[in-house]
Amino acid sequence: MINLKGIKKIYANGDIKVAALGGVDLHVGEGEFVAIMGPSGSGKSTMMNILGCLDTPTEGEYFLDGTDVAKATGDDLSVIRNRKIGFIFQGFNLLPRTMAVENVELPMLYAGMGGKERRTRAIAALESVGLGERIHHRPKELSGGQQQRVAIARALVTNPSIILADEPTGNLDSRSSEEVMAIFQRLHAQGNTIIIVTHEPDIAEFTERIVRFRDGHIEGDEPVKNPRKAQAQVVEGEGGAE
Amino acid sequence: MNFLESIRVSLRALRANKLRSSLTMLGIIIGVAAVIAMVGIGNGATASITSQIQGMGSNLLTISSAQSFSGGVSGGAGSSASLSMTDVSKLEVGRAIKAVAPVASTSAQVVLASGNTSTSITGTTEDYATIRNVTIARGRYITEQDVNSSARVAVLGPTVVENLMGDVNADIIGKNIKINNVPFQVIGVTTATGSTGMSSSDDMITAPITTIQARLIGKKTVRNILVSATSEDLMQIAQDDITATLRKAHKIQEGKDDDFRVQNQADMLEAMQSVTQTLTMLLGGIAGISLLVGGIGIMNIMLVSVTERTREIGIRKAIGAKGMDILLQFLIEAVVLSILGGGIGIALGYGGSSLAGKALSMDTSISLTSVVMAFGFSAAIGIIFGVFPARKAAAMDPIDALRFE
Repeated sequence: MINLKGIKKIYANGDIKVAALGGVDLHVGEGEFVAIMGPSGSGKSTMMNILGCLDTPTEGEYFLDGTDVAKATGDDLSVIRNRKIGFIFQGFNLLPRTMAVENVELPMLYAGMGGKERRTRAIAALESVGLGERIHHRPKELSGGQQQRVAIARALVTNPSIILADEPTGNLDSRSSEEVMAIFQRLHAQGNTIIIVTHEPDIAEFTERIVRFRDGHIEGDEPVKNPRKAQAQVVEGEGGAE
Repeated sequence: MNFLESIRVSLRALRANKLRSSLTMLGIIIGVAAVIAMVGIGNGATASITSQIQGMGSNLLTISSAQSFSGGVSGGAGSSASLSMTDVSKLEVGRAIKAVAPVASTSAQVVLASGNTSTSITGTTEDYATIRNVTIARGRYITEQDVNSSARVAVLGPTVVENLMGDVNADIIGKNIKINNVPFQVIGVTTATGSTGMSSSDDMITAPITTIQARLIGKKTVRNILVSATSEDLMQIAQDDITATLRKAHKIQEGKDDDFRVQNQADMLEAMQSVTQTLTMLLGGIAGISLLVGGIGIMNIMLVSVTERTREIGIRKAIGAKGMDILLQFLIEAVVLSILGGGIGIALGYGGSSLAGKALSMDTSISLTSVVMAFGFSAAIGIIFGVFPARKAAAMDPIDALRFE
C-alpha cells in the first residue's frame, strides 16, 4: 500500500540546509489504522504533506499502490491526490458559502464525474457520517464536529486508497473528538487505510499503531495493545455539541 | 472537470459576491455603453449630413461667384456679383447638363392675417424643382410664364404654412401673403422633406427669381446657379463645360483665375463625411479608453479575489483540482464579468444613443459591427485582464495556500 524508502526532505534557506526528514523508511499495509505522533518540529507535518502528495521528497522513494509517486509533479500530483487520497484537516477546510453536499461533491467534480452520480454519492457519504439531514447546510450553520464530519464525508466519497487526517480533532471538544474517532474506527472496520497525525496521546490510543517522529527520524513504531473504543454514537440530527 | 462545470463554479463565486461583481462590471458597462453611444451618435451625424447634402438634389453642381478682393481683403465666397441671368441662359441643357436654375435668395418677414413668420425666400425658375427634387403637395409650382411675367406668386414650404396658419394642412392656396409688405398670392405648398435646420427646404418660400430681384432685392443679382448633371459619371464633364462656358462669357483670359466657383456635391459630401468620421473616431477613442480602465478594474478586483480566496484555492488543489481547473475558474469569472458588463453596456449604449438621437432630432444608427466589436472587445478584455490573476491562482502551491490565513 504505502512504502517509503529513505525519504529525505531538505529545506534550503540560503546556505543553511535544514533536513525536515532525514531518511525515513515506513510501510503501511492495507487496512491499517496508524497514528503519527511527535512534538512540533519533529517532521510529522512534512511527513503528512509527502504522504498526501502535496509535497515531494528531496530524496527517496514513495510507492503508493505500487506506483512511485516521489517524482511526480504539478498536475500529476493533483490527479493522484484526487484518486488515491482523502484529506481531513484540523481547520476542516470546507468551502465557505457552499452547501455541505456541494463540498462533498468537490473531489468528484475534479474527477470529472457526472452531476447526478456526484449528488447521489455525496448524499450517501453524508448519511454515513450522520449528516443526512443537513446536506443543504452551509459550514457556518454547522458545529465544529459537524463540519469535520462533512470533511470526512468529502474525504471518503471517492473511495481513496488512504484517508489522511492532520490533527482532525485539534479544533474540537472532547465529545466531538470522540464522535470523529468513532467514525474513523468504523471506516477502519470497513477496511479503509487511515493515517492520523496528532500530538494528543489519548487520540492516538484509538488507533492500532503509533509511529513516533523526532528530529526527522522515526523514533518508535509499535502497535497499540488495547485500542480504546470510541463510545460516542453518532446520532442523526443530534450533531456534535460545541 | 469539464468546461460547463467550470462555468457553474465561476458563476457561483460571482453570485456569492454580488456587490463586488456588479461594481466591477460597472466599469465595463460604462465603457461599452460609451463606445456604443458615441459611435451611434457619430454614425447618426454622418448619416444625417449625408442625407441633407443628398437632399439638395442628385448630381448637383453649385456655381457661386468667387470671392472678391478689395485691397487684399477677401470678402468670402459669393461676395462678388459675377453671376447674372445671362450666364444662366448661356448654360445650355445638353449631353451632360440636365437642368439649370438660378437662385437669388434673401430672408424676409412674411405676414398673413392669422400670423407672421420670418423665413428664407428663394427666387428661382421652374427648373429648381427638378434639380432639388421638390414635389408639390397641394396647388402648383412656379412656371416659366410666372418667371417671364414676374408674377407675384409664391410656393410655401409646409413649415411656413404651419407658422402662418397654425396648421400644416390649413387651406392657404389662393390667399394673399405679404413678404416685406409686397403682396404675393400663394399658389402651392411643397411636400414635407423632414429636413430641419437653417437650410430646411420645409421652411422656405419659393417665388419667381424675376419677382424677387425686382421687388425684394432690388438688384438683378444671381447668388448661385444650380446645375444638375445628367448622371454621376458625367459630373466632371458638366463641370468642365460650365467652367469653359462661363470663362468665355466672362471673357477671362488664358492663365487668369476663374471669377466663379463650381462646387461638386460629391466633394462636399466627402469633406463633410471625413469630418464626421474623424469626430466619430475621436469620440469612440475616448470611450475606448474608459473601456480599458474598466478592464484594469476587472484585473484589480480579480487580483484581490485571488488573494482573498487563497485558502479556497488550496482546498481545491488539495482535493484534486489541476492548475488548469483553477485557471479556468478565475478566467471564466473575469470573462463572465466583462461579457455580462458588455451586454448591459450595449443595451445602455443603445438606449443612450437613441435618447440622444431624439434630443438632437437625428437618426442615430447602431451598426451591427459596433455591437459585435464592443462585445468582442469586452470579452477580449476579460481574457486579457483575467489571465494574469488566473495564472497567479493556478500557480499557487497547495501547502502554502492551505496555510494562508
